[in-house]
Amino acid sequence: MTVQTPRRYKASDFKSDINPIWCPGCGDYHVLLSVTRALAEMGTPPEDIAVISGIGCSSRFPAYTNCYGFHGVHGRSLALATGLKVARPDLTVLVMSGDGDGFSIGGNHFLHACRRNVDMTYIVMDNRVYGMTKGQPSPTTEPDWDSALSPGGTGLSPFHPLVIALASGANFVARTFSGDIRNATRIIVEAVQHPGFSFVEILSPCVTFRPDEREWKNMVHPAAVEPTDDPARAARRIMTDDGFNVGVLYKGRRKPFAGQVAAEAGDAAVFDEEFAL
Amino acid sequence: MAEEKKLLETIAISIVGSGGAGALTAGTILLEAAGRAGWYGIMGRSVGPQIRGGEAAALVRLSSRPVECMSEAYDLLIAMDWNNAERFAADMPLAAHGLVVSDPEGGEIPEVIAASGATMTNAALKALAKEIPGGRENMIAAGIAAGIAGIPAESLMEVVDARLLGKGEAVAEAGRRCIEAGMAQAATLPHDFALAPAEGKTSPRWLITGNEAAGLGVVRGGVRFAAAYPITPATEILEWLAPSLERVGGALVQAEDELASINMAIGASFGGRAAVTATSGPGLALMIEALGLATASEVPVVVIDVMRGGPSTGIPTKSEQSDLNIAVYGCHGDAPHVVVAPLNIADCLFTAQWAVYLAETMQVPVIMLSDQALGQARALIDAPANVSFIARRKLYEGGAQGEYERYALTADGISPMALPGTAGGQYTADGLTHTVRGVPSSKSDDHLAQLDKRRDKIAGFNYGDHWADAEGEGDTVILTWGSLSGAAREAMHALSAEGISVRLVAMRLLSPFPEGPLLQALGDARRILVVEQTHSGQFHRYLRAQCDLPGDVRSFHRPGPKPIGAGEICTQIRDWIS
Repeated sequence: MTVQTPRRYKASDFKSDINPIWCPGCGDYHVLLSVTRALAEMGTPPEDIAVISGIGCSSRFPAYTNCYGFHGVHGRSLALATGLKVARPDLTVLVMSGDGDGFSIGGNHFLHACRRNVDMTYIVMDNRVYGMTKGQPSPTTEPDWDSALSPGGTGLSPFHPLVIALASGANFVARTFSGDIRNATRIIVEAVQHPGFSFVEILSPCVTFRPDEREWKNMVHPAAVEPTDDPARAARRIMTDDGFNVGVLYKGRRKPFAGQVAAEAGDAAVFDEEFAL
Repeated sequence: MAEEKKLLETIAISIVGSGGAGALTAGTILLEAAGRAGWYGIMGRSVGPQIRGGEAAALVRLSSRPVECMSEAYDLLIAMDWNNAERFAADMPLAAHGLVVSDPEGGEIPEVIAASGATMTNAALKALAKEIPGGRENMIAAGIAAGIAGIPAESLMEVVDARLLGKGEAVAEAGRRCIEAGMAQAATLPHDFALAPAEGKTSPRWLITGNEAAGLGVVRGGVRFAAAYPITPATEILEWLAPSLERVGGALVQAEDELASINMAIGASFGGRAAVTATSGPGLALMIEALGLATASEVPVVVIDVMRGGPSTGIPTKSEQSDLNIAVYGCHGDAPHVVVAPLNIADCLFTAQWAVYLAETMQVPVIMLSDQALGQARALIDAPANVSFIARRKLYEGGAQGEYERYALTADGISPMALPGTAGGQYTADGLTHTVRGVPSSKSDDHLAQLDKRRDKIAGFNYGDHWADAEGEGDTVILTWGSLSGAAREAMHALSAEGISVRLVAMRLLSPFPEGPLLQALGDARRILVVEQTHSGQFHRYLRAQCDLPGDVRSFHRPGPKPIGAGEICTQIRDWIS
């Protein structure tokens, strides 16, 4: 009997030859680097990984990897990924989204994906703006941010994705910053390896429509405390920090969603007797 | 006395009561007993919008030959009570020889019933039930119906035992005694008709609803994943699939909405597992964007739309065929996909299985347009043959990195699909216009090449004889689709018995439009009556847009909820040719 040594991967093994459409300086380039590094570190072959997305700058992500990808419709990436993971529990499933795709049009799916706790990892690149449509406010945009679509600002309170994830039942909650590649890579590995639904918010500056976000690199700081398994404590910390705490904030112990399709299908003839008189 | 009775080849019985009184159970017992004794039959239901406590009617039609649609006139109406019955009394007109049996404790007979010309008589259903410990009036009603129709007591007792022994011998004994009391009561009631004898139980019989048949059809077709969002009148498909998929190694996920359910199904199918979801009009409207995605990214998926009255929330519990336009034309952009429709309850099984085969083989979304009249009706059918449409998806077996072209332009337009886990097959499925490799592109030639490919793969496919049921002789044609086929077929037989030769063309494949086979089937027809249950004549307009029909064409269309019956179609034809 020969034992095969598992292949060692480099980050470049998980990159495709397609050039991203992102603007120079976009935080999403760093996220691509962190994700591919994390995948290389975990050593799962690229063909056993699926990267699923919706619509927006961040959602262009799958084609830039050398994994299987699905660039779906706006806001529905979590639903695509849920079907895929239940049908193919053998795959590693990553879902890549942005603050518009994930929290606005896809907001309801976010709540229910947290509740359902299917074993997959949801990475949202949050730049607090719709970039692909050239600069409109998203659910995480500050209330006074001026734009053509919302002159003088929306006046609306920003959405708190991490708290909402906790309240909805996500099993792993973390925040990181695109520019801190070492920390982001570590957190992505931990998120993928944690059972159930893992949510990672990556603060990823939009240098084109939010040049002020270049300052984020000076604003982020490590979370001062260890991750908790108490969602109420985690939520309180997140609600009272400055929004720039990075690190793993919550690790839950809920059992992942149980339903899955077996590799071998059973025979449908078993149903005939149900209807025969 | 029996020899004086007129023997009817088919008999229609309505059992009416307040919700919870058990009218539907009584109807089901009657239907199943008739099936065990060798008759065919169908049972629809008329229920109000109330969750509990409203009105309910079991509409049972029994026959010595297979039946595909409800009767237009009722021979027997048994009312346990008349609470709210006036709301649907107009939907069950009584035959001239009809008999109405009502419980004197059950309130006033609605005027439309009293004025029908049918014979009115009383039976103390509640009082009879009270005399039997554990007795229930609906079982008395079932006994009366069976007694008048002439269903043998042993068949009823078999059904009562099968259904009630699980609840204990006392419950079953009460049921048996109620049936006996009902049958004894029937002998005292004035009636001059009975059901003609069954032609014998020559084949194994099934009792199944259209929704169950559709569920079984997709599972036979290879579906092992379903995503579900409840909606009337499609929920029963999903509720059948939930435990059944588990039995065959599959899974059903309850989604948060229809946007999620269709995308879950697409995700599962991207992973290589045949997938389905079921819905009704409002849900289909929400799924349309994702159906465009499945078309563009070439991911097979089946959506069963059990149509109800529309638009908007419409009439959730009643049937209509008015989702044809959205099913065929709903997607933005040029998005060729397949639309099929089952022609009767038994055909829900066949067409659902075929839908999976078409989706999987051509890597395309398929919408199956069933409707409430099929989905929620239960029928006695001949045990269906196990058709072997084994869904075969053309797969990419793997190869060297960088060689694979997911959307390669092939002779038949169908390109091998790589499933996750296949080394060298990695690609990104995309709703963006893409190159053969799947890389997003906004170039004219890439756009045209992929639009052509997606059109040609379904237009050039061989659908065989399954595109329609065509039968009969003559230069007058009834052209219809989906669930109206049953009434149309019955009209054809009735007219032929009068010496009027009529042909039937009932379309199962609606899109891509089978122009060649349809024109061939119509041949040199002089008159074509297009029959459908819509307000605007959607099917007629669709046909006119797709081809030049031969001869004179008339459109007979009406919205729901009143079903279009065989007699009305006969009248249209008779008036036309005379």
